[in-house]
Amino acid sequence: MSEFLAMGGYGAYVWPSYALAALVLGLNAWLPWRRHRRLLRARQARNEP
Amino acid sequence: MLGQVFRRELLLAWRRPGDTLLPLTFFVIVGSLFPLGVGAEPQLLRSIGPGAVWIAAVLATLLGLPRLFAADQHSGALEQLLLSPAPLAALVAVKVLAQWLTGGLPLALAAPLLALGFGLDFADLGVLLAGLLLGTPLLNLLGAISAALTLGLRGGGALLGLLVLPLYVPVLIFGSGAVQAAALGFGAGANLSLLAAMLVLALVFAPWATAAALRISLD
Amino acid sequence: MFGPTLDRLAAPKFFYPFAGRLLPWLGTLAAALLLLGAGWGLALAPADYQQGDSYRIMFIHVPAAWLSMLTYMVMAGGAFVFLVWRMKLADMLAKCCAPLGAAFTALTLITGSLWGKPMWGTWWAWDARLTSELVLLFLYLGLIALRGAIDEPQRAGRATALLALVGVVNIPIIHFSVEWWNTLHQPASLTRMDGPAIHPAMLTPLLLMIAGFTVYFAAVLLQRLRCEILERERDARWLVELDAP
Repeated sequence: MSEFLAMGGYGAYVWPSYALAALVLGLNAWLPWRRHRRLLRARQARNEP
Repeated sequence: MLGQVFRRELLLAWRRPGDTLLPLTFFVIVGSLFPLGVGAEPQLLRSIGPGAVWIAAVLATLLGLPRLFAADQHSGALEQLLLSPAPLAALVAVKVLAQWLTGGLPLALAAPLLALGFGLDFADLGVLLAGLLLGTPLLNLLGAISAALTLGLRGGGALLGLLVLPLYVPVLIFGSGAVQAAALGFGAGANLSLLAAMLVLALVFAPWATAAALRISLD
Repeated sequence: MFGPTLDRLAAPKFFYPFAGRLLPWLGTLAAALLLLGAGWGLALAPADYQQGDSYRIMFIHVPAAWLSMLTYMVMAGGAFVFLVWRMKLADMLAKCCAPLGAAFTALTLITGSLWGKPMWGTWWAWDARLTSELVLLFLYLGLIALRGAIDEPQRAGRATALLALVGVVNIPIIHFSVEWWNTLHQPASLTRMDGPAIHPAMLTPLLLMIAGFTVYFAAVLLQRLRCEILERERDARWLVELDAP
């Protein structure tokens, strides 16, 4: 397991790369999803009164 | 019609010598910043010389781009041009030609003087001049597209620069590369031919793209 | 055969629910491909003979690079369609692509840097691919900046469309010129991970990741488009009817 984390000594380069990818992909998926919900809620709020 | 526009452009430039002299002065100043920034060691200067002069030329051209359409836009003359029977692309080409004659050409001619400050020898100066004679019209042609797209927008020069500098990258590479290749003994032919080819393509396509951009910006 | 169907889809009214139905499938597929590909690439694929374990960054870097180009092509396609046929959805497509493309390009550059540091000893190398990628980032940023600087939506859409198309012509020229420049200044010193000699055990996770990134791109794009449609068409009748069935 610790070998896996060490990545043959290159761990400091490999893991940040994957973490960054997860962050970028995650954000780009989450943000539009959140925006969509907000837009729908705004429509509902306008239709209510 | 085209002749009229051309003469008018030259007349305006004649009346405002600052439009020519300012970018030229800027060119020399920027060029002089390089030795100040990297140190005056002769070998170093000789190696960065071509690149530095070209970069200074690119930045000086950038400075002059907004004036291609700005004055006409303020006076309403630009809308007139759009309505005129002459093809807009041809009118654009004429304006760019006038701008090159009063902006880019002086730059190219002044470049060898600046390059002397970097210790380049005469043969290389010739290649530099040839490259800039091909390159400065290219810079003006490509810059016109960006100037038309950003007409009247806030963010002004910086936005124009951001849009046009990627277009300038190949010009810089081949122009500077020509001098470096010549200095290494490989001959500047290949680089200069590529510049010439780009110039021909730009002559055909850039005015047309600029005209399209003008229509988009003014409609 | 597909003519009428595509025509129908081009209307936001039909595209919106269509995208909504497609999304869950694309999202799940993307997640599966990415998790499988990443897991395989990190744990199962063997270490590289020359680069040891650092090459595993490739499983992020290469798909990201591929997507950064694909996004531009999709965006340029949308730009062209918008300029020629004035299809609103095409403009929305182009608008949604730009920030995504910038994100993929940035990811490519940073992972390229992280891969390069152990390999070449520097955080940045001016090799042909990274330098072209950097210019591509500037193209994306320029598009985003231009759209942001123009207030009138019609002008914004058409101006960015024109700029995108100018960029399409420019990208191969830039790539060629940077390669040219590179041969003058720096002999090829990189090991080419994507050459013909790639080990099959490394190829499968790479393909999985490329597929995963692509499906992900499609999914995220659809969601962004749905948001864009909601914003632009807010007063449209079909949308009002959707609210109060």
